[in-house]
Amino acid sequence: MKDFIIPWDDKDMGTPAKSGKPVHLTIDGAKVTVPEGTSVMRAAAEAGLDIPKLCASDNLEAFGSCRLCVVEIEGRRGTPASCTTPVHEGMVVRTQSEKLQRMRKGVMELYISDHPLDCLTCAANGDCELQDMAGVVGLREVRYDAAPEKANHFATRDTSGQPNPEWLPKDDSNPYFTYDPSKCIVCNRCVRACEEVQGTFALTIEGRGFDSRVSVGAENFLESDCVSCGACVQACPTATLQEKSVIEMGVPQRSVVTTCAYCGVGCSFKAELNGDQLVRMVPWKHGKANRGHSCVKGRFAYGYADHPDRILKPMIRERIDEPWQEVSWEEALGFAAKKMRGIQEAYGQKSIGVITSSRCTNEETYLVQKLARAVFGNNNTDTCARVCHSPTGYGLGQTFGTSAGTQDFDSVEKTDVIVVIGANPTDAHPVFGSRMKKRLREGAKLIVIDPRKIDLVKSAHIAADHHLQLRPGTNVAVVSALAHVIVTEGLADEAYIRERCDWDEYLSYAEFISDERHSPEATFVLTGVDPDVLRAAARTFATGGNGAIYYGLGVTEHSQGSTTVMGIANLAMLTGNVGREGVGVNPLRGQNNVQGSCDMGSFPHELPGYRHVKGAEVREVFQKAWGVEIDPEPGLRIPNMLDAAVDGTFKGLYCQGEDILQSDPDTKHVSAGLAAMECVIVHDLFLNETANYAHVFLPGSTFLEKDGTFTNAERRINRVREVMAPKAGYADWEVTQLLANAMGANWHYTHPAQIMEEIALTTPSFAGVSYDVLEEKGSVQWPCNEAHPDGTPLMHVDGFVRGKGRFIVTEYVATEEKTGPRFPLLLTTGRILSQYNVGAQTRRTENSTWHQEDVLEIHPHDAEVRGVKEGDWVRLASRSGETSLRAKLSERVSPGVVYTTFHHPDTQANVITTDFSDWATNCPEYKVTAVQVGLSNGPSDWQERYAAQAEQSRRILPAAE
Amino acid sequence: MSPEKLTMMANQIATFFKTQPGADGAERLAAHLNDFWEPRMRAQFFAHVDAGGAGLDPLVLEAAQFVRRPAEA
Repeated sequence: MKDFIIPWDDKDMGTPAKSGKPVHLTIDGAKVTVPEGTSVMRAAAEAGLDIPKLCASDNLEAFGSCRLCVVEIEGRRGTPASCTTPVHEGMVVRTQSEKLQRMRKGVMELYISDHPLDCLTCAANGDCELQDMAGVVGLREVRYDAAPEKANHFATRDTSGQPNPEWLPKDDSNPYFTYDPSKCIVCNRCVRACEEVQGTFALTIEGRGFDSRVSVGAENFLESDCVSCGACVQACPTATLQEKSVIEMGVPQRSVVTTCAYCGVGCSFKAELNGDQLVRMVPWKHGKANRGHSCVKGRFAYGYADHPDRILKPMIRERIDEPWQEVSWEEALGFAAKKMRGIQEAYGQKSIGVITSSRCTNEETYLVQKLARAVFGNNNTDTCARVCHSPTGYGLGQTFGTSAGTQDFDSVEKTDVIVVIGANPTDAHPVFGSRMKKRLREGAKLIVIDPRKIDLVKSAHIAADHHLQLRPGTNVAVVSALAHVIVTEGLADEAYIRERCDWDEYLSYAEFISDERHSPEATFVLTGVDPDVLRAAARTFATGGNGAIYYGLGVTEHSQGSTTVMGIANLAMLTGNVGREGVGVNPLRGQNNVQGSCDMGSFPHELPGYRHVKGAEVREVFQKAWGVEIDPEPGLRIPNMLDAAVDGTFKGLYCQGEDILQSDPDTKHVSAGLAAMECVIVHDLFLNETANYAHVFLPGSTFLEKDGTFTNAERRINRVREVMAPKAGYADWEVTQLLANAMGANWHYTHPAQIMEEIALTTPSFAGVSYDVLEEKGSVQWPCNEAHPDGTPLMHVDGFVRGKGRFIVTEYVATEEKTGPRFPLLLTTGRILSQYNVGAQTRRTENSTWHQEDVLEIHPHDAEVRGVKEGDWVRLASRSGETSLRAKLSERVSPGVVYTTFHHPDTQANVITTDFSDWATNCPEYKVTAVQVGLSNGPSDWQERYAAQAEQSRRILPAAE
Repeated sequence: MSPEKLTMMANQIATFFKTQPGADGAERLAAHLNDFWEPRMRAQFFAHVDAGGAGLDPLVLEAAQFVRRPAEA
């Protein structure tokens, strides 16, 4: 069984793992068998024989520059570098000899002669490979004079007091790490990490020989193309690139493996600490989602966890125009329970509900929906996935039989044609974006369908083969036109369709889609996409080998969001691209646990495991487990809750880790709904925008302060581990339990592992999941049960979950949101790299260095006719409302389209967005709003009133002593 | 919810089912409302239908007979 133990050992093996037929060799007398293509260095490391090295790292291709890893090979002349020498059958290698030792000492001596000897006060002391190697090779003296008058890179002045022209000052422009050229040994690891791992190519080596320097090609790191992913810092063997937190706090002494709480990639990290002080977050190399990589959010943006804005004491108030009163947990929970029960007595059982969070753990989400179903006695539970991926649930459920994304992230390594629709992975899912770029550099083709020229369309060493720059709101027309070309040009994979799909439904679909009205030439007037470009893209996708579709909220957040998802599923089935590696339909989920919150029964019509509440058998399972009757009627979705609140029939809400006032569309409607409620309970880290309308505030815990699991976009269930005690006293799952018990429940969970046991017991796709299994395997992808004890990396391998894949007719219907004389432009919204969602976390970190405010991207032509110049304040108005922000002239958007982000509450892009929504799921149409733009003098009256109200409602009276 | 918004939502759903092949559009539309519309919404729906159903797509009106009437609250 030992083979199944996850490798907790983080030893660097020197060069990447290879797969190939076994090769047998002997190293220092030990017999070793490794796959063909493996380096001698890695083979030795696998045998426990570590060869000294400086420029090698197992996440980078071998480079062979440091000459420290030299070995002797029988029958060969000289001393080859073990990192660049592949093994061969029968090879006999010596890693140690007097000659090798002498050579290595010589190499180290040269390195050290141009390196400062300030080890004791150096930030990397104890975590420095140069120091380690000096020790390993037995360096005892440095004969070469490193005196200041001789040329070197580390002394600021020579002995006569003249400045040393070779010395360069430290660059501390990046908020999170420093670059100290005086400590650089020019091993190239940072440059290669930036290229190979991150794919940004921000770093290079300037000069030759002694003049070689790491360069960012700009004034400093901050001004450069650097995206602050941290890969170079991690790669650096010395203190040249060093986290500022380590400089300040010292080298961490312990680490806990956990999961990032930002986007849906779900990267594994080592939280490195001293005591309970978090020193740094380092991507964990065995994490199967990220394979040792990270982005600026997960790696560095954790400072919000001890930001002074965090609220650590429960608070209550009778009315929202009163200041908050700090109280004990007991009093707050008693107050909340009494109010909620009072509301139910006065207005009925269905007058209250919950909103679960895609930022909280599976266990926490499960408890919140259980609170609604088992304690409130209704199905009024919804989650923020309503406003992002609910159409994925509906669309893929209808076509494939399950809402699950079909692949794991590793699958992209086998993809030949990547299609990205309405997603911006390099900003919103950066670590997966890097893996995608790596595959593109290896030669995969790329089709981007997006109204904006996103980075993937053209950036360092990658370019889209086809960019379909459509008008916002015409996704269905474009996707149908692609299908039209595939069917009418005879490119459909009929053998696959006959075997795996319903043939009759296909025939009726083929007839529908072949109609001339779906042709690229006919849809051009709607979409603005050149018919030739569209035809070429369709041919590439249908004939280019393994085709994989990745999509995001640019697909779902439309009136026809669900229809586009079905259209995407049609495209994949038409071309035989479901059911193996390298293909598939891959929804990129926005938040860390969107997948999990949906799995856990957050939706008002579904119990955990996507089973409709109308099913008596399913209800029976939970009735038995919970000992209560379950309402067979669906509950209210978020927009319906707000409508019901305005109608006066919905009066109480428990909202965990979600800021609906900032993130949901049509802010004025949301605030009217919240204002109409009698008890709003906000459970969060900060006094968020929704809390302006709350009566009870329960302090939340960060992902560092609790145990649990997150499920990422590839259905991977990853452990979240408590690295420090909850700062407010309770983890979020404990708070929900306390609230439930205050309302009369009798819950006795003492650890989230018990909640997972209950999930496994009641939900077939989780039947094989337990904390023991996760401890043993590291992570698993659901379904994980008796049939799939190791989880399921790929879905639909032996046929679709629903039996036969189902083609669904996808007629394009224009959204009601139309441009006209008053609102001639189309606004679409999105994210940028450094900020996350409503910004509650990232705005409270140094990430704001990169993005301090939301700006409006507008095409220079549209700007010119309005007299708008770069940086001007502009008024952005729709039929819902108006706001003001600064303009940024950009050709990323087409004429007629403007774009902004929604990271900052003082802009409130959602004042502008309308209440139109997806026909099937009520997912809001964030991505299309007709607007007008004009010059303004600064913030609008509404923004000023909003800011004043927010300030008023955030007053806190200290607790009575 | 205003009758206008409710009408718009119902018509949007009808627009999809009208494009689907087969003669069971009304049943499928009704099944969608039964699955996803909370009883309060269905009560408002029936209030509007019973009042003549102004603005509702004919398919919605046809579907009404298959929509489950919520029990009186």
